[in-house]
This record gives sequence, C-alpha cells and structure tokens, in this order.
Amino acid sequence: MTDGPQALVIEAPLVKPKVGREDWVMRAGLAVIGVYLLVAVVFPLYTILSKSFQDSRGLFVGLDNYAEYFATPALFYSINNSLTISVVSMVITVGLAFGYAYGLTRSCMPGKGVFKAIALIPILAPSLLPAISLRYLFGAQGMIKGLLMGETIYGPIGIVIGEVFWTFPHALLIIFTALSLSDARLYEAAEALGASKLRTFFTVTLPGAKYGLISACFVVFTLVITDFGVPKVIGGGYNVLAVDIYKQVVGQQNFQMGAVVGLVLLAPALLAFVADRMIQGKQVALLSARAVPYEPRPDRRFDLAMLAFCGTVAFIIIGILGVAQFAALVKFWPYNLSLALDSYQFDLMDGGSWGAFWNSLKLAAWTAVIGTAVIFTGAYLVEKSKGFERGRGLIQLMCMIPLAVPGIVLGLAYIFFFNAVGNPLGFIYHTLIILVLCTVTHFYTVSHLTAVTALKQMDAEFEAVSSSLKVPFYRTFIRVTVPVCMPAILDISIYLFVNAMTTVSAVIFLYSADTQLASVAVLNMDDAGDTAPAAAMGMMIVYTSATVRLLHFLLTRGIARRTQAWRKR
Amino acid sequence: MRTNLLKRLTAALAMGVFALGVGGGVAVAKTDLLVYTSIEADELAKFKNAFEKDYPDINIKWVRDSTGIMGAKLLAEKDNPRADIVWGMAATVLLQLIPYDYFQAYAPKGVEKLNPLYVDPKNNPPLWVGQRAYVAAVCYNTIEGKKNNLPIPKSWKDLTKPVYKGHVIMPNPGSSGTAYLDVSSWIQMWGEEDAFKFMDALHKNISRYTHSGSKPCKLAAAGEIPIGVSFAYRVVKSKAAGAPLVLITPEEGLGWEVEAMAIVRNTKNLAAARALADWTISRKSMELHAPGYAAVALPGIPNPVKDFPDVGGKMIKNDFAWAGANKARIVKKWTARYDAKSEPRKK
Amino acid sequence: MDEARAPYLKVENVTKKFGDFTAIKDICLEVFESEFVCFLGPSGCGKTTLLRAIAGLDIQTSGRIEQAGRDISNLPPTERDFGIVFQSYALFPNLTVFKNVAYGLENRKTSKADITARVNELLQLVGMPDQGPKYPAQLSGGEQQRVALARALATSPGLLLLDEPLSALDAKVRLRLRHEIKELQHKLGVTTIMVTHDQEEALTMADRIVVMNKGVIDQVGTPLEIYRRPASPFVADFIGAMNFLSAVAGGDGTVRIHGMELSAIEGADGLDEGAAVTLCLRPEDIVTRGVESGAPNAFEATVADLEFLGSFYRASLTAKGVENTRFQADFSVNLVRDLGIEAGKSLTVAFPADRIRVFAGT
Repeated sequence: MTDGPQALVIEAPLVKPKVGREDWVMRAGLAVIGVYLLVAVVFPLYTILSKSFQDSRGLFVGLDNYAEYFATPALFYSINNSLTISVVSMVITVGLAFGYAYGLTRSCMPGKGVFKAIALIPILAPSLLPAISLRYLFGAQGMIKGLLMGETIYGPIGIVIGEVFWTFPHALLIIFTALSLSDARLYEAAEALGASKLRTFFTVTLPGAKYGLISACFVVFTLVITDFGVPKVIGGGYNVLAVDIYKQVVGQQNFQMGAVVGLVLLAPALLAFVADRMIQGKQVALLSARAVPYEPRPDRRFDLAMLAFCGTVAFIIIGILGVAQFAALVKFWPYNLSLALDSYQFDLMDGGSWGAFWNSLKLAAWTAVIGTAVIFTGAYLVEKSKGFERGRGLIQLMCMIPLAVPGIVLGLAYIFFFNAVGNPLGFIYHTLIILVLCTVTHFYTVSHLTAVTALKQMDAEFEAVSSSLKVPFYRTFIRVTVPVCMPAILDISIYLFVNAMTTVSAVIFLYSADTQLASVAVLNMDDAGDTAPAAAMGMMIVYTSATVRLLHFLLTRGIARRTQAWRKR
Repeated sequence: MRTNLLKRLTAALAMGVFALGVGGGVAVAKTDLLVYTSIEADELAKFKNAFEKDYPDINIKWVRDSTGIMGAKLLAEKDNPRADIVWGMAATVLLQLIPYDYFQAYAPKGVEKLNPLYVDPKNNPPLWVGQRAYVAAVCYNTIEGKKNNLPIPKSWKDLTKPVYKGHVIMPNPGSSGTAYLDVSSWIQMWGEEDAFKFMDALHKNISRYTHSGSKPCKLAAAGEIPIGVSFAYRVVKSKAAGAPLVLITPEEGLGWEVEAMAIVRNTKNLAAARALADWTISRKSMELHAPGYAAVALPGIPNPVKDFPDVGGKMIKNDFAWAGANKARIVKKWTARYDAKSEPRKK
Repeated sequence: MDEARAPYLKVENVTKKFGDFTAIKDICLEVFESEFVCFLGPSGCGKTTLLRAIAGLDIQTSGRIEQAGRDISNLPPTERDFGIVFQSYALFPNLTVFKNVAYGLENRKTSKADITARVNELLQLVGMPDQGPKYPAQLSGGEQQRVALARALATSPGLLLLDEPLSALDAKVRLRLRHEIKELQHKLGVTTIMVTHDQEEALTMADRIVVMNKGVIDQVGTPLEIYRRPASPFVADFIGAMNFLSAVAGGDGTVRIHGMELSAIEGADGLDEGAAVTLCLRPEDIVTRGVESGAPNAFEATVADLEFLGSFYRASLTAKGVENTRFQADFSVNLVRDLGIEAGKSLTVAFPADRIRVFAGT
C-alpha cells in the first residue's frame, strides 16, 4: 500500500527471461531467415536502387537523375498509361472473376470442377502465348480481327486483353475464397425478412466478399503495373513504366535511369500494397466457428445464366490457348497453313532446345522444394516465435518487398550483387543455384502470405501445449504444423513451380550456357521469327505445368485421404 | 519423326517433376570456353561444330541473347567479367565497354589480311576484331503490298510518301540497337537537321515502333505489315522459310554494323580464347560467316545467298565512335519527338 | 487452511506490462499443494495474464514466482513443471486421441509399452477408454476437452493450469465436466489453477477463489467467504445477486436509509457519522416469515413486482414511506404460497444485521 506523499516509487527489478535451448534454436532460425532475406532481397536491391543516385561512373549525384527523369515529358505519358492500363485491367478482371466465382459458389450449374480448372490455366502459360494468340486472332491477318472494328490490337486494347487473361486466375482464387466463406444463416435471415435476390446480393453477398474484392483489386493492380511482358510483346508504342525500364536498361544500357524508373514504379505498387495491408488488418474473422456453409439451391433460370456466363469466359480462355496450340502446329502463318510437328524439334531451333526444357523443369522443381521449405519455415518462425518484435517486423517487411519489384530490376540486382568482386557467394553466379534463389525471391511475397494465412488458422496454443509437455517446438513443427498445413504447403509449392516454369524477366539476365531455360527460349525463338516453335515450347510449358497441377491434385486428394482424415466429421 | 516425338514426350512426362539430377559429366578434361554472343541463334551450332572439329580439346559454351540483353549483362558484370571472350557482338557494344578496361589486346593470326575497316583502328594490337558486317534493309511483303497497292519502295525517301501511311514498321531506337543504326546512318548521310526532317515525315507513315530490331521484318513476313525496316539477314532467313518477302536496299546508302569479337581482360582460358579468335578469321570460318550478310572481314569471300543484292557500294562511311558518343543525346531527342505520345494510331 | 504448510506456488509482486498497458500489477499470491484455486474476474481483469506468467508463456515484467521451493521467475515453459488445458482444447488435429495423449510421453525415455499403458490409464481416467484411435474432429467438444485434460496430466505435472476450459462447451456438458474435473483433481491431488469468468463455476469447483479486477487481486478466500463476506463492492457485485442501497453512516454501527435506521451492522463501526456508504445485502438473505413489525431492522415494504424463476420467486420491493428505495428479495415458492405474496401486497421484512455489508462511499 503506497499512500502518503513521502511514498517513493521504487521500480521493481525487471525479470530477464532466461534464454532456453529452444529459444536459441528459434533465434538462430530467425537469424538465418533474416540473413537469407538480406542476401536475397535487400542487398541486391540496394546495389541497383542506389544507382539511381549515381552517374554512369558510379559517383554520387544526389537527385540529378530524378530531376532529369521528371523533366522528360515521356514520363507523364508512361505514368498515365500505366495507371490507365492497371485500373482498366483491374476493373475488368475483378468484374469477370467475381461473376465467375459467383457462378461457382452460388449457383447449381453443372461442371463446376471443370470450370474452376479451366479458369486457373492462364497462370500456367508464359505471357508470350496469349500475345501470339492475340496476333493470330486480331492482327492484320487475324481470324476475327473484324471484332475490333478497325482498332489495332497492338496497343492498350491488346495489353488489357493480355493482362486480363493473365491476372484472371489470381483474382478468381482470392474472390472464390472470399465467397466460399459465407454464412448460410445470413442468407436465411435475409430470406426470412423477405429481401429480394438483388437486395440480398447487395446487403449480404457484396459486404461479405468486400475484403476479398479489395484484395483482388490490389493484387491485379500490382501485377499489371509491374508487368513488362505483355506490354512489350503486344503493346506497340504504348509506353508504360515497366517497358520504360526495359528501354533504359536493355535498349540503352542506362542502369541509372532504369533504377530511377524502378523506384518510381515501386511507389504505386507499394502504395497499393500498404493500403491492402491496412484494410486486411481491419478484417475480423468472418466465419465464426458456428457458421453454416452456404449451400446453393437449384434455380433453373439463374443456373442457366451463370452457366452461360462461365461458359463464355471458359471458352475464351480455352480459345486463346487453342489458338496458341494451333500456332505451334501451323507451318508458316499465314501463307502456309498446313500442319506439322516440326516445331517440336527444339534442338534444331534458335535459342532453345530440349535441354532448356529440362533445365526449366529442374529450376521449377528446385524452386518448389527449396522455396516452399524456406518460405514456410520463415513464415512459421515470424508468426510463432516470441520476443524480437522489431526484428520480426523487419523480416515481415522484407518478405513483402519482392511483390513490388519488377523482374528486370531484380535480375540486374542479382548480377550487381552476386557478381561483385569479393562477394563470397560469387560461386553461385552462372549456376542453377542463383536462378533458384532469384526465382524464389521473385515469388516470395504471395507464397509467404499464403503460408501466414494458413498458420494464422492454426490454434495459437499448439506451441504453448507442446512446451508444457516439454516437447521442443521444432518437433511439434514437424509432427503437427507441417501436416496440418499440408494443403497450403502444396499450394505454395505448385505456385512456385508454375511460376518458375514461365518466368522470364529476372532470369533472362542470370542464365548461363548450362542453364538455359524454356521460358527464355520461348522469347528468343519468337524474337528470331520462329513463332511456331515458340508457341510449341510455350504449350509444352503449359502441358507440363498442367500435368504437375494434376499430379498435385491427385496427391492432395491422396494425402487428404490419409493425413487429413481428421478434417472429416 | 512422330514416334520419336511421342517417345520424347512420354520420357519427359515419365521423368516428371523431380528430374533433379545434375547434367552428365564430361569424361575428358576439355577446356570450357565461355562465349557471350548475340549472333542469330540458329547459327550457333554451325560455328560450334566447325570450331570444335578443328580444336577438339575446346568446348564452346554459348551464352546468347539479344544485343540489348547481352549489352546490359556485360555492362552489369563490368567489375567482375565472367565471359572468356565476347564474340559476334555489335561493335558499338564493345566500344561502350572499352572505357571500363573490359578487354585485352590480341592480334589474331592473319589479322593483317583483313579489311582494315574491320579492325580496331585505335589500338595495336587491336582490342577488337570485326567478323562481318550487317546492313540495314527494308523488307517488303509482296502479297500484302499488292493487296494494298503499294509500289516497291526504292529509297529511304520513298517511305515518306503518303501512299505508305500506316504500312511501315520500324524498331524504336530507345529499345533496339538496330534502330539506332538506321537513325545514326540517316544523320551521318544527311546531317542531323535533314535527317530529323526525314524522320518527321517517316513518323507519319509509321504504324508503330517495335522494341526488337528483328521484329519489323518478322511482322512483314507474317503479313502483319507490308513494309518493315530491319536488317538483311532476317529477310534472307524468312524468305527461306517461305515468306513472300523482297529485300530492299535503299539507294541513298545503308547504315551498317560490325559484328566483332574481343577477349575479356581476366579470362582464365586465354589460349582457348585466342584459338577461337585465330580460327574465326580463318578462310574456312569466314565462309561460314558469309551467308546473308553484307560482307565479311576477309576480302574476297562472296555471299552464297542467291539474289543477295550487292550492298558493298551502298554502305555508308560509318563513324562508330561518333555514333556511340552521341547515342544518348540522339535517342533522347528521338524519344521526345516520336515516343512521348506514341498513342496507337488507327489505320 | 493450514497456515503452517509451506506454499507450493508463491507469486510475489508480479507485474506484467504490455507496452504502456499494465495488465497485472503487484500480484502476491500463495497456492498450497493439492489445492484447487480459481482466478475469477471479468474479461480483461488480468487473470489469464497471471496464469500465463505462472506458465512462463508470457513472462512477467517484474516480480518473482516460486514453485515447489524453486525460483522459476525467468524460466522458459519447457523448464517449468506444469500441464495446461486451453479453452480451444488445442488438440493436434492430425494426431489420434491416443497420439495426442502420448505426445508428451514420447519425448521422454519411456518405453512403448509403458506409454501405451499410461495412455490407456489416462483415457480410462477421463472416461474415454475406447476412443484412442479416433481423431479429435470426430469427438464432441466435451470429449475433446477430456482428451486435452488427459494429455496435460500424462506427464504427471506438479501443477495443472486450466484456462477457461469449459467456456466453449454447451451448458449441460459444462455442468457434467465441472464435477468430473473436480473429482479427478481430488483423486489425483494435483495442485490446480483454473481461470474462469463464470462465478458459478468458481464457486462450485474451487477450494479458494482469487477474485481479480483491473489487474489487481480484490479478494482471496474460500467460496463461502467470498460469497458471504465480499471484500469490496466489486466482489459483492460480481458474485451472486446483490442489493446495493445508498445510505448514511449513523455512528455506533448504525446506518440510515432516508431516515430509516438499521443497526448492529458489521463494517459500519469505524465510519464517521454522516459519511455516505453503500449497503449490500443478498436478495436471499432478506426475511419476511415470522418477522413482526418492530423487530430489529424490520420495516414495511410493498411488493412492486414478482418474477417466477423456477425454484424461487424474485420480488421487487419498495420500503413504505421511503422514496426511491427499491430492492430485491428471493422468496421460496412455499413462502409465496403460504403468505399469499403478490404484486401490491404489503409485507414486513427484515435485513438481518449479520448479513449486511457496508462499504464506504456510494
């Protein structure tokens, strides 16, 4: 009891928690992940972004490059174009994806499984494939160019179609998840209150999916604004920021300006990212433990309408890929339309061979295996460890950066950092290792977020229980966390695999004589005028990824049967 | 053929995802020579096989990509070069790297027999030695040309005629070295002011600018556009594949670029690099260099391609040093004029 | 309580801060061997924080904790000796019931046969002898919590910590499990601390209750002590039903409510005459049968409202002639029938002096 004016406030001595053996293991793990991210993300990016403050000889010039860049009128067109393309693509993609996901979750139309599988195909395709298809469909010799009513495909129209095609699966996955997490009781309540279908849609469905929609918007926006593949191959003279980087770096070897544009490009991407995180932070668990999953009831007219909508979208996706497959088989478009399998003789073609295909497989497999292990373990340590708040916050931030970094910037950054004189890691340069490292980094953020989401769904007390039982956390990690999160882990690995098969922008600077890649070969064959082999190799990538996806599906089902038996009641 | 393909496909799928093995080891201790190049990919095998036949203990390892990508990669590696030799690379790129002390001088055997235009004039022994030259050219799709009633252009100036409006594609000098080759040659021929007047007029006819230098002829070959401004080799190749193309070498004169080689300063395989340099300017090799190209470094080797126009007389007096020194300025000026608002234009 | 016994668990001046927020402040507490202690309080009172400090899951900012004579203040959980059960059960969903219970045993040098024997013994103990091969999701909530209990007890910890173990269960299951846990604890004699916000749970299960509010302990005592002699208005209010009446101290152990004087009240002795006080009395302590007017602390009151609550009636009464004095009294069904109590009827009621508590202030 301390009362009276003379009472002295004596600070009690603070308890310094003893650092147990496990804490050391955990801290060591965190340190390893921290160092990994420093080496894979921060240091390389620093080497290139610092160039935006240097002249070509490496002398510090402050903001001169920025002043010069912002004095260039072309910049404003690019910013304007980038924002326009991103917003338009975002609106179309999210709109289509919402309708599609709505059909998948709220109607009783047939073939939902097939529709879902088709919708995810575009992720499997290198971005050149839709570009080739668009040329065959809408180009000067295009099969259905009349649809454009005189407009050219080489410009914003082509870019938007290409970006929508490519980002559709990303948006669909997010919105589908959001719509799946709905509580049937809300719908019953709305029905009991006599709300019309439309009113229910606006008062129950949309608010429930709000966060998913916002998240999908930001993901699509960021993907589009940092992408240079689609605008480069189909954009004609329509300049966007990502292509400006390409022009500065590849066209003029002006790394300083490239770095400036890179940083400019980081701004909207980071802004979108921060806004998304803030909104996500406000999201409370929508699905309480007692929620009843919504089961749609048959409604002939509505189901038919949804079937028609989803059918149309699926038809377009299949159509675009079908044209790419056709392109792979046709002898010389458009003057010799006879079909042949010559295109598959990659060994005789420019820029690629079956060796490149095998290298890509190796890269994808290693990226999936190592990336998943690193990313999931890292997410676990960041999510579940104690103390070290500041360090963990920093690690989390480092995990987020890669999403906003365009591939070209990352690729060059890896040259500058790993090829620097005296870098002890220099030995990995020109090997498969650096390609794996770079690819893991390139796709780190989305994988990390997937892992974190899965980990957050786990009971927060597993670690407490196991420590009370004196079982070290790493044992519980292996015996409980990993098996329970297996679906998410497989999702991450397939995501990494598929992206490693198609990625170009970063690895194009890093491959070497023994590590040529199929995705780069597709680009080079097309560059060399061999459209058919380019399409053929592109479709090989699609088929491979689709096969792996199928295996993944069977594996997940197999694993689900054995290890996830507990999920069933 | 078909069964072979199917076999390969099944093998590919059977090996499946986890084909993680490392590539098979090489038994004999051959020297691996790392060669950075930008020559057209379909020529790689031809040169590699021929060279390794003569030098069985050397194994060429190519790293090949477009001039822009390789140029960026070389420059990014400047503090710690990785290649043993840069070979078949635009001389402009090599000139850009010389200030960084990128290369070591070497006079390949027989260098004295070469046309002096192809040898580094500033250093003796030379830092770089040219292999062959390629020229700017225009390709014309006869089928599409006829469809649009377009006469075959004979000169650069012809391309500015209103009849060609929307029917011409050329690369963007901001993205493509080939495009800069064209722009710098026009300036060297006519002076900067007249050249830009010409480009103003040309700009009105351009359907769009591409990022790749070879793309315009490729698009012409595919019937996407009747006329593409590119370089000659592409035309020859597309024609061989069945494209209805005509190769046009405008009469005012042609910009050209040398494909050259230079040995990297810190190579650990100097003997092998020198061997490749020696072999490259041998008569046998020079004959391999010739098809589809304007000229090779060793005089007296004809172009075996049928109907290949004689371009020797049309090649302008190209000042590479000037072109390199002024590139940044000219590209900026070009970009401000023609790229700043490259809204897509309707046909 | 045998005061001579050395306490099994000693908490001394424990404070836990989260940034600027002080979750618990200067907590001192002793728990004896084989005792069942409940930390009771509203959410946010710091009871879980204290439990987690004892477990080492969130180590206190300052202060000392001693278990079985050993200073465990700064030890990580793995170096302490406790078993824990959470509201969420925290069963490993991918492991069978058997594997869950065996989880802590497998990491020790225990033979397979011994583990099997021990797990079966524990499953027997919690009444689930044949459920070993099932997965947690195939069990009901109550069954899952039994498994969690078995798992926590498997390694024979010296201290059993229960963090709101019954809160997620249905009312019926909760009642049954209350008794089972208490019985089990009694049988095994394991020192147990349970956190709960349910006063009924605490009253029925605990040997002693620690009532917490706003990060400090308000009162420690047996359920009867806490119920009968709440140490603060907060405790009085939090546990059971309670009438709070504003009054004025009259000196000599009397208080006045609007002129009506009540006498012989404990807690009113030391108060200055005229000081504002709060008078507390439980509804069930108000008597009316056999109370004559003129008896000590008796007065006339009118029934304003009568609410049937199954086993008894709760009557709202107002004292006659005294404005704004409304209080509640619980009358048995028999009493209501016998006396014909109904709304509007006048009764003579008495506030038994030994049941009245008085606290300074209003």
